[in-house]
This record gives sequence, C-alpha cells and structure tokens, in this order.
Amino acid sequence: MTLSATPGGVLLAILLMALTTYLTRAGGVFVMSRVPIGPRVERFINAMAGSVLVAVITPMAVHGDGGARMALIATAAVMLALRKPLPAITAGILTAALWRLVAS
Amino acid sequence: MTEETASRSGVGHLVEGFRRMAPLSLFVIVFGLAFGVAALQQGLSGLETLLMSGLVFAGAAQFATLELWGETIPLVPLVAITLAINARHLLMGAAFYPYLRELPTGRRYASLILLSDANWAMAMSGGTAAARLGILVGGGFALWSTWMIGTGLGVAFGSGIGEPERFGLDAIMGCFLLAMLVGDKRDPGVLLPWAAAAIAALAAMAWLPPHAHVIVGALAGGLMGLLLPPAAKERTR
Repeated sequence: MTLSATPGGVLLAILLMALTTYLTRAGGVFVMSRVPIGPRVERFINAMAGSVLVAVITPMAVHGDGGARMALIATAAVMLALRKPLPAITAGILTAALWRLVAS
Repeated sequence: MTEETASRSGVGHLVEGFRRMAPLSLFVIVFGLAFGVAALQQGLSGLETLLMSGLVFAGAAQFATLELWGETIPLVPLVAITLAINARHLLMGAAFYPYLRELPTGRRYASLILLSDANWAMAMSGGTAAARLGILVGGGFALWSTWMIGTGLGVAFGSGIGEPERFGLDAIMGCFLLAMLVGDKRDPGVLLPWAAAAIAALAAMAWLPPHAHVIVGALAGGLMGLLLPPAAKERTR
C-alpha cells in the first residue's frame, strides 16, 4: 500500500497520520470511560503517570553524552531547590552548552 | 481537585494555561524550525510541511517518518511508526481521564486534540480539575502556536541552526519533562514504580524494537504501583 506523492496523495497521507495521532490522544480516555475505575486501576494509573516521564527521560540520561547528563542533574537540582520550571530548564540548557564548550 | 470541577473550566482557565505555558513553549520554536528545514530537504512543499505540523502536531513522529516521504509514500510503515511513537498518548490520556470525567463527550474529546508531552506533564503536576484542563487546552494551544511559528520560520528561511546541540538545545525536552516530574509530588511511594519504569525502559531499549521503551517502562511502573500496598499511597491526590 503506497500513495504516489501527488498533492492529493501527500494530503491523504498527512490526514492519515493526523487521524492516527488523534486516535492515540483520545484512545486512553475512550477506554477509561468504559472500564470502571476501582482503587486498583487508580493505583495503576497514578503510578503509571510519572512512569511515562521516567521511561522517556532515563534513556536520555543513560545513552546521552556528559552534557545531556549534567543538564538533567542541574535541572533536577534547581527544581528541587526553587520548584520553578523555567529557571530549572534554563539551568539545564546552560549546563549542557557549557559542558560541551569545556569538554570539546 | 474537588472544589473546582472540570465542567467549570472557562476562558479564564484557558488563558491562565496559555500564560503558564507560553514562556516554555518558546523553546518549541527551535524544534519547529528544525522540522521545517528537514521537511523541505526531504522534498515536501512548504504548504505540505505546515499542514503536517498543524494537523499532526507530534514532533517526534513527524521527524521519525520524514524518511518515508519520497516518490511514493508507504502507508503501513507511516501509520505503524506514527502509532508506535504516539502510543504513549494512550497512557497519558488514561492518566488524565479523572479530570475529564464530568465533561460532556464532545468537550471531552475536543480537549484532547492538542494533548502532547509538555502540556500534559504540566497539567498533571497540580491544581484543580478546571485549572488542569485549562493547562491541557490553553497550554496546548501555546505549544501548537509556537510549533507552527517554528515550522513557518524553518520553511521560510531554510538554513536553520547548524548545530543545535552546541547550544544545549537538544536537552530542552528532557529537562522540561524532568522538571515536571520532580515538581510533581514528594511521595516516596512513587520511587519504586519509577525505578521499575527506568529499568524496564532501558531493558526494552536494549532488546525490543525502537520506540517500545516508553510503553514498556510506563506499564512496568504502573504494575509496580498496583502491587505496592495501597496505604502508603493515595494521600497526595
């Protein structure tokens, strides 16, 4: 199944991608609205919410370079101290840039 | 979250959500710019690139499928890769469901159109149900706007930033998500699920197909939370 890259074909492919993506956005809510939520499901969902982020971030830290790792450490430190995301993220980015400037 | 329910979420909450996300969403311009440049190089027209950013609004999936666009477009890989990368939305939506429960069906599903990592993470990090909904939708609109501005700049100026990693810009997403995670809550009960998620994600990355690690890690963390004794948790929400 392929589309040729005519304007119509490209448009159709983009729409297909958009539809697929929206179904992922709506699908979780659709399922949850049909499955009754007991305390067990609630525990699962609550633990899973943070775990999504952990699962995204951990490989960045483990497989990233020194700059990426130091950026994450700086972000966590500033966030724990100030509890404000903007300074924490700025600290992370600056740390990565400085680390790479010095290390290379 | 009990005193202000989602159905009372109004324009004020949307504006507040937009306002809170706006400074952070400026970083998204850089991603959009990079995508615009890459898409043009792949042979998409400027209009097609803007359409894709506007309708799909999922940077990782857009980048990852770019190589498929050529003389012909293979649909099965296109849909499969899009699905694999965006499957995390399923779990994110499920976790956000408690704050959408009381909305009428139409508003509930319309609220999810702009769900993405950043506005979801910020919405999950606290507030009343109405405020969280405002962040999801208003913050989502802030992210969508900057994503479109960035894509437009990339399409218009082409050359873009040569080495984004020199300026630490590749670290933005990780730093943002970590900030949201750390700001979330201080319940030690989450540490075991998080550890399970981290280990499972790394294992999946080593042994399973690409992009499976987020789903595997999230499910492992959820299962760990399910197995832990309930008394230690629950309090914070």
